[in-house]
Amino acid sequence: MTSPSPRPTLPVSLAANPKLSSWIKFETNGQVVVSPGKVEIGQGIITALAQIAADELDVEIGRVRMVRASTAGSPNEGVTSGSLSIQQSGRALRQACAEIRQIFLTAAADRLGIETDALEISDGTFSGPGNVRTNYWELADDVSLDRDAAGAAPKPPSRRVLAGHSAQRLDIPDKVFAQRRFIHDLVLPDLSHGRVLRPERCGARLVALDENAARTIAGVIAIYRDGNFAGVVGETEQAAEAALATLRKSATWSGGERLPSENELASFLKAQPVESTIVDKKTAASPERKARTIRAQYTRPYMAHASIAPSCAIAQWDGDRVHVWTHSQGVYLLRADLALVLKLPTENITVEHIEGAGCYGHNGADDVALDAVLLAKAARGRPVRVQWSRADEMTHAPFGAAMAIEIEADLDTQGDIVDWRHAIWSNGHAARPGRAPQPALLAATEIGNPFPRMISTNPPQANGGGGDRNSVPLYDFPAWTIASHRLLTMPIRTSALRTLGAQGNVFAIESFLNEIAAAKGEDPIAFRLRHLRDERAKDVIRSVARRANWKPAPRAGVGHGIGFTRYKNSGAYCAVIAEIEGEEDIRVKKLTIAVDVGEAINPDGVVNQIEGGAIQASSWVLKERVRFDRERITSTSWTDYPILRFSEVPAVEVEVIQRPEIEPVGAGEAAHGPVTAAIANAVFDCLGLRVRHLPITRESLIAAMDLAS
Amino acid sequence: MPSIRFRLNGVATEIVADPASPLLSILRGELGLTGAHFGCGSGECGACRVIVGDRAVTSCDTPLWSVAGKDVTTLEGLGNPERPHPLQRAFIAEQAMQCGYCISGVMMSAAALLMQNKRPSEAEVRSALDRNLCRCGAQNRMVRAVLTAAEEMDAP
Repeated sequence: MTSPSPRPTLPVSLAANPKLSSWIKFETNGQVVVSPGKVEIGQGIITALAQIAADELDVEIGRVRMVRASTAGSPNEGVTSGSLSIQQSGRALRQACAEIRQIFLTAAADRLGIETDALEISDGTFSGPGNVRTNYWELADDVSLDRDAAGAAPKPPSRRVLAGHSAQRLDIPDKVFAQRRFIHDLVLPDLSHGRVLRPERCGARLVALDENAARTIAGVIAIYRDGNFAGVVGETEQAAEAALATLRKSATWSGGERLPSENELASFLKAQPVESTIVDKKTAASPERKARTIRAQYTRPYMAHASIAPSCAIAQWDGDRVHVWTHSQGVYLLRADLALVLKLPTENITVEHIEGAGCYGHNGADDVALDAVLLAKAARGRPVRVQWSRADEMTHAPFGAAMAIEIEADLDTQGDIVDWRHAIWSNGHAARPGRAPQPALLAATEIGNPFPRMISTNPPQANGGGGDRNSVPLYDFPAWTIASHRLLTMPIRTSALRTLGAQGNVFAIESFLNEIAAAKGEDPIAFRLRHLRDERAKDVIRSVARRANWKPAPRAGVGHGIGFTRYKNSGAYCAVIAEIEGEEDIRVKKLTIAVDVGEAINPDGVVNQIEGGAIQASSWVLKERVRFDRERITSTSWTDYPILRFSEVPAVEVEVIQRPEIEPVGAGEAAHGPVTAAIANAVFDCLGLRVRHLPITRESLIAAMDLAS
Repeated sequence: MPSIRFRLNGVATEIVADPASPLLSILRGELGLTGAHFGCGSGECGACRVIVGDRAVTSCDTPLWSVAGKDVTTLEGLGNPERPHPLQRAFIAEQAMQCGYCISGVMMSAAALLMQNKRPSEAEVRSALDRNLCRCGAQNRMVRAVLTAAEEMDAP
């Protein structure tokens, strides 16, 4: 008796959306329509997914047409975040396509009257001995893909011809030739334009509003007010903006959130009520005697997503049904929140993705969608396009949470670590829509019958954690205790910013390691290699050391530093060596990086993501800090919230360690933590100053100098 | 309202609008050209840059009246898939973007630079693009693309 073969485990996205036809369709014109649930946010995902599908189906990539995610029919893959799209969508598509290829191969063999073994597939055509042939499109009428995936083995890596190669991105030609690809450029018949009146102070009440003057402005269609939420709809953007300016003059606001002192963030964070959890605890088998304890505190400020494009959405009502066009990272999740606010069944709401600019996490994309839905109620069936102002983008979108991180290490007489304690104080790093019984959308807290403001939480460690992301050491210390204290108050609205807490934690861990290595007089790379057991981790460090000629001879005014992590402790490995020049200001000259994402589907795409992450992290480290006084966010423009400019951008050199036999993981967030730490360590190398508080500016260098003297 | 005439991407154009309107609103609104993007509305980010005469300007804070009688070039006028400008070819070849929202303004700044300086150094390219912001961190690819295009345009 043989036991039945176990049902193969489907990739998570395919298990959740098993119907094969929801992923792939063959169109009569010789195209393959691929429909993932993940969305393009400038990371190149649709190209990588097209490569995977074309490879597995044996069709030319030019035949693949990628469909944008929509609740009207796309697989529900949750949110496009956390560097998970290749892992989730890529694996699902690879397996779905492998099964579909097998189904069609059998159908082709039946039709042609020969064995499947005798058939070859080339660009979608099945051919066999005697010049018999058919193809996917001829067979498509007779083969139903309205069936659940049963699981099939994808091709071995050696037979892939597209994955592993740098295919050109499918979206780039449109963008270079000014084709309308962004939601900002979308034109619909009878389109009207909305603008929302937001207070300077978060959470302020709108106690008086005179709508009369605004109504008289030419081109105004409607003024909409519901509680503290107010806005205008006009025939043109200019009409809407003129009406908004007039409306603003007539508005009286009162109250609002009292903000902490921006210069005392650590004491503020540590004084709040918190929910405390032990993230991880490791006990030494035979505890060693400690000779002394050292400790240090590191902080990072609130940071803005600061997308280059203001958030934008379009909504159109038809009776009690509404259609929404959005650059949200999760169309189904946004729909769930809209349903809560509108008190409508989800079937009445269609949410369709259109590309926006890079978002780097949970920015205003979802908020503006509700703004558009509310204002469109006043537009009598016309579509309403709402676009935020730069100031609203900089002040009302969620921010990356400020963090205070305290690390203590017990050292033995040799200066080696015998116990390690890491504690984090921070607001939660996630308040995305669609995951709670209450909506996360800004206007939901402003309408007449408001929902409470959602206090951000942290994803569980199994999903990579939030404030505690990358807080568990990757090194072989004999004992550790990792604690996370999540704030239960939230005067400044926070949610997911690229890497969540990983940037802060890696900055702290990798800085503190260098402090310990320096005290021992040990080379920081040798110190790390001595404490790592994972060969892939050692490989990225050795590779980057080789490439950067570690350690370059000392030069006055120049410093070098290392940073390493494995993102989320389960994703991409990344090691960075920073070269900086520093006197009064710090200039990052060069970042040398080695990365291991397993199989790199599109190596140039991986390099692009790592370069971009490295440059963005340099900007975070050298410049970025949300500014505020006790009443309002004061960094409302690019002048108040500067980011790195072309002439300040470091050279970035990336080495991708290809491992085609290992399941691929994402690259978008791997570089931020190690780059941050590498720069801080290079500053110490150059100036002998340990900067523990970000950003590293002239002021923070002076503060560190004062502390040292 | 007065009528204002200028040449837009080589074509004589006449528009009846408030002369104080930002050029960007007219381009994207009345004229339906969405290549230039709104980013900040105060000339800080450069997503809206277009060429007026031979200089790249931020169209979000350039009043319509100021382009009367002048040549205005937008990304749509730079080239098309059939006849791409060397910059467009180079931006594709170098995969010189992530989200690409800023690149219209970046390419127009670069096109204006190449009108004045046929073989700029890398430092000159960076300096010319310093008033264009890119949030994704694709600057180095863009600089490479501009240098590649310059080389192609200056080839004998």
